[in-house]
Amino acid sequence: MRLDVKKTYKLFIAGKFPRSESGRSYQVKDSKANHVANVALASRKDVRDAVQAARAAQPGWAGASAYNRGQVLYRIAEMLEGRREQFVSEISSLTGKTQKQADAEVSAAIDSWVWHAGWTDKIDSVAGSMNPVAGPYFNISTNQPTGVVGAFAPQGSALVGFVNTIAPAIVSGNTVVVVTSEHLSLPALTLGEVLATSDLPGGVVNILSGKEAELSSWLVGHMDVNAVDLEGTSNPTELEISAANTVKRVIRPGTYLREGSKGNLQHILDLMEVKTVWHPKGH
Amino acid sequence: MFDYAPAPEAKLASFQKSYGHFIGGKFTKAANLYPTINPASEEVLAQISHGTAKDVDLAVKAARSSYEKVWSKLSGAERGKYLYRIARIMQERARELAVAETLNNGKPIKETRDFDVPTAVSWFFYYAGWADKLDHAGLGHNPQALGVAAQVVPWNFPLMMLAWKIAPALAAGNTIVLKPSETTPLSALLFAEICQQAELPEGVVNIVTGFGDTGAALVGHKDVNKVAFTGSTEVGKIIAKQVAGSNKKVTLELGGKAANIVFDDAPIDQAIEGVINGIFFNQGHVCCAGSRLLIQESIHDEFIKKLKRRMNTLRLGDPMDKNTDVGAINSADQLAKIKKLVKKGVSEGGELWQPECKIPRNGFWFAPAIVDNVSPANTVAREEIFGPVLSVITFRTPAEAVTKANNTEYGLSAGIWTEKGSKMLKLADQLNAGVIWSNTFNQFDPTSPFGGFKESGYGREGGRQGLLSYLKAGK
Repeated sequence: MRLDVKKTYKLFIAGKFPRSESGRSYQVKDSKANHVANVALASRKDVRDAVQAARAAQPGWAGASAYNRGQVLYRIAEMLEGRREQFVSEISSLTGKTQKQADAEVSAAIDSWVWHAGWTDKIDSVAGSMNPVAGPYFNISTNQPTGVVGAFAPQGSALVGFVNTIAPAIVSGNTVVVVTSEHLSLPALTLGEVLATSDLPGGVVNILSGKEAELSSWLVGHMDVNAVDLEGTSNPTELEISAANTVKRVIRPGTYLREGSKGNLQHILDLMEVKTVWHPKGH
Repeated sequence: MFDYAPAPEAKLASFQKSYGHFIGGKFTKAANLYPTINPASEEVLAQISHGTAKDVDLAVKAARSSYEKVWSKLSGAERGKYLYRIARIMQERARELAVAETLNNGKPIKETRDFDVPTAVSWFFYYAGWADKLDHAGLGHNPQALGVAAQVVPWNFPLMMLAWKIAPALAAGNTIVLKPSETTPLSALLFAEICQQAELPEGVVNIVTGFGDTGAALVGHKDVNKVAFTGSTEVGKIIAKQVAGSNKKVTLELGGKAANIVFDDAPIDQAIEGVINGIFFNQGHVCCAGSRLLIQESIHDEFIKKLKRRMNTLRLGDPMDKNTDVGAINSADQLAKIKKLVKKGVSEGGELWQPECKIPRNGFWFAPAIVDNVSPANTVAREEIFGPVLSVITFRTPAEAVTKANNTEYGLSAGIWTEKGSKMLKLADQLNAGVIWSNTFNQFDPTSPFGGFKESGYGREGGRQGLLSYLKAGK
């Protein structure tokens, strides 16, 4: 008989897989309360490292062509499809979903990546504008990523909710620091391995597993975060007040559905800034 | 320097001794009065009611009732026709509005006459046409109004800011309670009369005058669905905290510290005019003012020399004089703030220069100023002064210009002066600002979205995008 080789679940920061700098871990159990894994328990310092990595990666990712970003997101879908069985098994183990239900969730997650991949080079065609101003000016409004997004994935979703939290952020050129569901963190951490093999530059998505209530004040209060998605948080009012200290953009819990095989353009636009450029027409 | 004979505008506006609030289509009895003055002379223009929480509650109730009974039942086409009517009446009373605005705000009559009032009118015309086309707003078929909108506007462009707020809100089908600034309530009260003349259904637009406590009561009212605020970043943060945890949709248009970047290959004479306009327009009481001149080091001396020569020709004085370029500072408080910040900037190494000019005896005045040799850490390079003060910073390369321009918590606007198109376009991509003026500055149009990145706020005003601030997707 051969003993199987188990995986150590670690964080995903700056394209690498570190343990928590705090040295802490917590136990993730399956739906029948059996031990599955000891997972890195992210700390305040991990939040800071992740924000730093996200900031460093942001100009490069936003500066990549929309065509290129679309191909990278599509590649994520390809990689996810290739590892379907692993995700099905993690989801059904943690949530108690049947194989069929878990399989449907993975399908939705893959399809949502494909849906988002197709948006990268269409956002401005739909949401941008040439503005017919009353004067001799060329006037154009485009949408640009807001910068670094701090996000909290829904607590009740193992994979698709996580995907529908990070994809709307990175599709436009934002980078993201995302805190996983505390108890359903394994598929999110495994998704880090998918991202790492999809030509996604390191630091574009940074994944922290742990307790949102411990991490949220640090991530939401961080001065170098531009927007926060409070979906998976337990004290969103308090956090929205903290976000106001630097006028962060806030997505309140429940604003967008996250279980489906596609997202919402408005969700993408909530994490973007309209930029209007004027230039005289003349000589 | 030429001498100019006085060319005073006729005083075509008159005010009542006192004003109540405009609630449910009628003016309430004036109460709890405070004086509003002409900041150029300190003469009292009228007594204004300081709104209480009770006044706010009555206004919100009037807005809710008219929303449910009247406004939400009208077709978009009919709503649009009311907006067209309002625009037309504003045009008919344009000079009166300009005079009223100049008297109460202190800004030159040529600005209110040629800019503030026409721009306010254009906002109503533009959004009037949207009212029956909301299916094209970008939220799918049959998008819905939010309900009652609470709108708080500042003193720097009182009527224009009112128009930026009211026109899209009404077009989208909302009803309104608006609070003008405590120092400049008069044009809003004249606008209330215009609503009456337009026979706008009672309670669709309500105006409650007062101070910060009045605004706080309005923003915090539980039956308000939307909060729109233009003003300081400090108050914007308070409002964002106040509405946290509610379902209120919020847009904030806050402060700025815009970089106006001039390259050595810029059209220099145009750039001089653009820099002058960027910071001295409306006495620098402009959130998107080009308050930081980033000048390429190689042309610093030549440019500053020309700038000073041009500043020597700016005419400061009676705002009602048609030749006046620089009017009065809006309030004693604002003047004190400007003086304090400039003093601090000089103590931190900035070199202050102001042209010789006669300062009128009464009223609040600050001569146009530049502070040269400003380090990036200097207070006048970081804090919004909201006055006619230009901080001068140098750079060598485009990359350095971008770094310095973005080195601020604000992100409202920026200017780029170069004849090289490719350089301009690259910089425009790299600057973290919501509005970029290239080889021009301080241009505004109702078709063109306006609003900031970072601590300059969120949401846009103007254009289709501005309409979205007052709509939600239909079911």
